[in-house]
Amino acid sequence: MSQKAWIEKRKNVVLMVRIFLAVSIVLLLLDLVIHRHALFTWEGWFGFYGFYGFVACVALVLAAKVLRKLIMRREDYYDG
Amino acid sequence: MTGSLPPALIFFAGALLVALAPGRLRPAMTLLVPLFGGWNLWYVAESGGGFEVALFDMRLELLRADKLALLFGILFHLATFLACLYAFHLRDRTQQVSSLLYAGGALGAVFAGDLITLFVSWEIMAVASVFLIWARRTPRASAAGMRYLMVQICSGLLLLAGALLHISETGSPAFGPMGIGSLAGILIFTAFGIKCAFPLVHSWLTDAYPEATPTGMVFLSAFTTKVAVYGLARGFAGTEVLIYIGTAMAMFPIFFAVIENDLRRVLAFSLINQVGFMVVGIGIGSELALNGAVSHAFNDVLFKGLLLMSMGAVLHQTGKINGSELGGLYKTMPITTGLCIVGAASISAFPLFSGFVSKSMVMAAAVEEGHWYIWLLLLFASAGVFHHAGIKIPFFAFFAHDSGIRTREPPLNMLLAMGIAAALCILIGVFPSLLYGFLPWQVHYVPYTADHVLSQLQLLFFSALAFAWLNLAGLYPPELPSVNLDADWLYRRLGMGTVRRTERAWKKAEQSVLHFIAHAAGTLHRAAAQHYGPESVLARTWSTGFSALWVVILLGICLILYYL
Repeated sequence: MSQKAWIEKRKNVVLMVRIFLAVSIVLLLLDLVIHRHALFTWEGWFGFYGFYGFVACVALVLAAKVLRKLIMRREDYYDG
Repeated sequence: MTGSLPPALIFFAGALLVALAPGRLRPAMTLLVPLFGGWNLWYVAESGGGFEVALFDMRLELLRADKLALLFGILFHLATFLACLYAFHLRDRTQQVSSLLYAGGALGAVFAGDLITLFVSWEIMAVASVFLIWARRTPRASAAGMRYLMVQICSGLLLLAGALLHISETGSPAFGPMGIGSLAGILIFTAFGIKCAFPLVHSWLTDAYPEATPTGMVFLSAFTTKVAVYGLARGFAGTEVLIYIGTAMAMFPIFFAVIENDLRRVLAFSLINQVGFMVVGIGIGSELALNGAVSHAFNDVLFKGLLLMSMGAVLHQTGKINGSELGGLYKTMPITTGLCIVGAASISAFPLFSGFVSKSMVMAAAVEEGHWYIWLLLLFASAGVFHHAGIKIPFFAFFAHDSGIRTREPPLNMLLAMGIAAALCILIGVFPSLLYGFLPWQVHYVPYTADHVLSQLQLLFFSALAFAWLNLAGLYPPELPSVNLDADWLYRRLGMGTVRRTERAWKKAEQSVLHFIAHAAGTLHRAAAQHYGPESVLARTWSTGFSALWVVILLGICLILYYL
């Protein structure tokens, strides 16, 4: 087997995630600079979109895991 | 009559010519049909349509070319061209002919000015499209195709019933705004709802589309649901219940998409999710919302088509489409990977990509009309789209763990089709006015404001961060070979089970009745044999003296009776 590609090394994955995290934090801090024409009160809260996006995705995945327990069947379920 | 033809007729004639043409010429001819159609469409737009035929005492309008119809007309010509280019390598006459008929049906439906033409086009679409599923030529595909066809025909029958009722009530076959105030309206609404994949009647889509051929699914994703969106926009704009139905459509598929293994089925779920945004827009019914709905339909055909083309390319090259069997393909399919990521960025509504300039119109309209919890749910769905279509699709196909599959880039025509679709996604994202100019109503919406761009980037980056964290922490549900139950369980398992059980009970009853009859017949037969058979009393031969004795006895009895 050939050497692992750059993107497959865990060290580099962690590095990429860190850069990504840094960019995200910068985006979050931009909330302080850019005025938002908030249409709802909570929309104007600091970091609302970031927080909501993060929580939404975690909730989505955790809910999907529960859903999987309920509805997952063998691949040949309908073939029999 | 004017110098322009109904686009559907051009496509049907094209399909006929393609059917008769020799194999080498067919791919090029399928490309010429949408090109010629586009040329005709230019004149349609200039002349404003008008092509009437008489059926009994009704006048059928085959070519109503207002801005709404024209937008979908342009979209369907574009989609047909891209999908035909994508399918250029095919040597399968069935698929080439049925895809043109299917596209022609879709064009017939959006340019139809009356319900009869709409119904006929609707049925042509249903019948032509099923061949794109059957053309996979597997037992699964033929079973799924049959289920698909039955659902489509049901929708057609509802439309026919609604149309006839509407014509008898109003005396006019014209198809315009109708609402759900009458039975006719409800029937037509339900017919559109089935084709639009409303919740609980959606599973024909996720069941059958992923069983279609790699090229067939690109056609399928472009037409049926979008014609239904057009129908709802034409007939039921501002119907409030659509807001809630659309929100449900945007929400529930994302959960299924996260745990689905077949990557084309993931995209089928995300198709329902995107149509949900359009349905919400139609339900809100303001000019901004309707512009948002139809422009999102336009963009969705392009970016969903692009994503499906990239997954179709993976299926075409490797023969595999399950997330659990793929991974690491970026090494051998770098161009496809890049194009898939453009589609992923567009569906996720990244700034500078097409989804950003259309989906936000629906969101903004929801805010304007004060539907704040709908807006919150749609925002949740937006994050969810990014999660399953934006990250999951490219990640599990092209990155994730290396599956060891080494393949090649797909044929040039596939790459070219994906390339054009990707270019259009970026072009519309960067210059939204190109699309806004075609929209049915004047657009005052400005997508690129600092706070909108920032909000969207925050939402997406933190969603991606959640994905990275869940993945690194091992919390992300792995891709598993599996089947997930859905509404189709009701007819594939419960329905089939009931039918089988009834059949078994019927057979049992039938057997016991037959058994009883056989038994009774046997008894009767034996009794008859005893009395009348060759060995029976009545069949015995008697001697002459014995008979003479009996005659004497009988005469004696008669004499006594006479005497009395």
